[in-house]
Amino acid sequence: MELQAIWFFLWGLLWAVFFMTDGFDFGIGTLYPFAGKTDTDKRIMLNAMGPLWDGNEVWLITAGGVTFAAFPLVYATMFSTLYTPLMLILFALIFRGVAIHFRSKIDTPGWKKTWDFLIFIGSFVPALLFGVAFANIFQGIPFDGQGFYHGNTLKLLNPYGLLGGVLFVLLFIVHGANWMAVKSAGDLQERMAAISQKAWMALVPVAVVFLLASYYATNLWDNFFKYPVLFIVTLVNVAALLSIRYFVASKTYFKAWFASALTIVLCTFFGIIGLFPALFPSSLHPDWHLTAYNASSSPLTLKIMLGVVIVFIPIVIGYQIWAYHLFKDPVTEEDLDMDEAY
Amino acid sequence: MDPVFLSRLQFAAATMFHFLFVPLTLGLSVLIAYMETRYARTGDKTYLRMTKFWGKLFLINFALGVVTGITLEFQFGTNWSRYSAYVGDIFGSLLAIEASVAFFLESTFIGIWIFGWKKLSAKAHAGVMWLVALAGNLSAVWILMANGFMQHPVGYVIKDGRAELDSFMALITNKHGLLEIIHVVPASLLLASFFIMGVSAWHLLRKQHLPVFERSFRIGLVVGLVMAIVVGITGDMHGVNVSKTQPAKLAAMESHWETQTRAPLVLFAIPDEKNEKNLIEIGAIPGILSFLGFHDFNAEVTGLRDIPRDERPPVLPTFVGFRTMVGLGTLFILLTLYGWFKRNHLTENPTYLKIMLFAIPLPYIAMEMGWIVSEVGRQPWIVYGLMRTADAASPISTTQVFTSLTGFILVYGLLGAVGFYLMAKTVKQGPEAAN
Repeated sequence: MELQAIWFFLWGLLWAVFFMTDGFDFGIGTLYPFAGKTDTDKRIMLNAMGPLWDGNEVWLITAGGVTFAAFPLVYATMFSTLYTPLMLILFALIFRGVAIHFRSKIDTPGWKKTWDFLIFIGSFVPALLFGVAFANIFQGIPFDGQGFYHGNTLKLLNPYGLLGGVLFVLLFIVHGANWMAVKSAGDLQERMAAISQKAWMALVPVAVVFLLASYYATNLWDNFFKYPVLFIVTLVNVAALLSIRYFVASKTYFKAWFASALTIVLCTFFGIIGLFPALFPSSLHPDWHLTAYNASSSPLTLKIMLGVVIVFIPIVIGYQIWAYHLFKDPVTEEDLDMDEAY
Repeated sequence: MDPVFLSRLQFAAATMFHFLFVPLTLGLSVLIAYMETRYARTGDKTYLRMTKFWGKLFLINFALGVVTGITLEFQFGTNWSRYSAYVGDIFGSLLAIEASVAFFLESTFIGIWIFGWKKLSAKAHAGVMWLVALAGNLSAVWILMANGFMQHPVGYVIKDGRAELDSFMALITNKHGLLEIIHVVPASLLLASFFIMGVSAWHLLRKQHLPVFERSFRIGLVVGLVMAIVVGITGDMHGVNVSKTQPAKLAAMESHWETQTRAPLVLFAIPDEKNEKNLIEIGAIPGILSFLGFHDFNAEVTGLRDIPRDERPPVLPTFVGFRTMVGLGTLFILLTLYGWFKRNHLTENPTYLKIMLFAIPLPYIAMEMGWIVSEVGRQPWIVYGLMRTADAASPISTTQVFTSLTGFILVYGLLGAVGFYLMAKTVKQGPEAAN
């Protein structure tokens, strides 16, 4: 495979891992005001992602950084044409980050309510907008050969775009509820398992409609019909999606979480495979598509960065797995009594 | 107002606000790691109380540093897309390396540090803090290397209408970047030391928690004194390098208009950029500018008049920024030197303690001023000599930038207030009671 093609799939992988890891944080934050009935419930939810969400968020920084390094023209065009949605995501992430850290620092209802609201906004808005943004990228963005944007930001909220947003929100809710079922006990755990099952019931039809709509609204299926062996990815994806239900019903929550993680990665790869070789297609003219071949960095940069990624990303995965392992047990009252707890 | 001007304003606001939190994170992480190591080695509970107290302040600061840092990565793409497309091959790779090598490490291990008190042994927990400190400072190294490329581009070739990497070795041994690292990293330790001394002084003045704060103050004093001297030395090295590579910046730092040998240092001046002279000039000492810039009293220093108007940086902020930074840098040496001689009688010296309390903001001001000299002094270039800032912005509308800039001012204003409030509250609470 050429260097550019390798980088294309690494680029996709980094986004997929970001959605897989920070995705459950977004899901928990979205459920937070509804599922957290008492202050203790809420704090268990925060502390369930507490030690991990900071490291999860860095997958976004790395996905962004790698877009910059390996496909500078994509980074430049993507971030400037999607200026408004990205600014909204950015502000949401700022709110979330501060809110998680500061919420439990002062014990007054007004203080906590304010940050609670921002935890919800800071989780729901990125979940929705990343979905909307990627669905729009699948359709193509109206920009020309000079990187000028000829669209209207509100048009990003077209039916297919919104469908993508809803799909992401539901995926993350199921994923977040599964993580909460791993990290809680008793009544809260039961409620989270019930939420996971209900959200799953909504997720399945939305996923089916999204796949069908992709046939009409995008060219994502073309690569699959060209290389039918790729349908294996779709089949595994469907199997992973179905197995979530089974694992939740059999109360093996870690397996359920793993299944929803796999589902998210494979859903992302449905889009990545469908896009190839384009990273950022133009809806105005195919000549203006930004692809792995016309928007990449120099071979030297791609080689050096490949070396960096091959050495360091496995190390990162290694210590992150250790961190997950260290904090795998349900959050207890005793954990909440600790001075440092959120 | 055009989008370029607003984007510049937005970048300046976002960067300067971000940098209110960065140096304390860099410096304090090292000092906390040291305190916790002492605890793990000796079992002395005072060190544990110190670790926990400074750790709380560290985490409030850290949260604000992280969220405001995301903004910067986004902004290169959102507001400076032409810049990103032109130098992404080089600049982008340094940012990507920073994220994968350093930022991951810092963010993963800070979570382990916060929540791992009961899961890890005391020594392992202290080791985790060392990783956080190492990773934070390693982040700074890569970011400063990226800035070094903007200041003094090396290791590239122009190909297909953009700058492409030619030598990675040249890029990561860029002298300008290395000089930034040895100036900014010690300055961050200096800032953290003054922070520790100032907060400790507040408690010492109230004669409370004496064991914790006497010991903390002393650590701050030793590190502060050493770093104040190191920062002075590396600042001088930096100045000499700038004289060679960025003559326009040097001339603006000194509001120096006429090319001459034995160039004087002017203690006070009001630059008049329109008429290319200084309105008022007081205290010109002959030869000193030549000496500072080139370590030679007779060296010729280029004046601004010999630099084309459209290649001159704004003189006033560069000039004032440099004077403030150097003045404060000198004061830091004097304050810590005095403290060193009185180190065994600190509690009997309330005036000095009060001065140190009110000195907390000074290193912040000095560092922000240093960045003004560095970044405003680099104008009109975004990459020195290679690309102009005016050519680097995204093709976006004034409304978009105006809206986001307003958002940043409001949100950052609130975050700043909340952060300050929480830190002040934590300081007042003091450390856990000894038992």
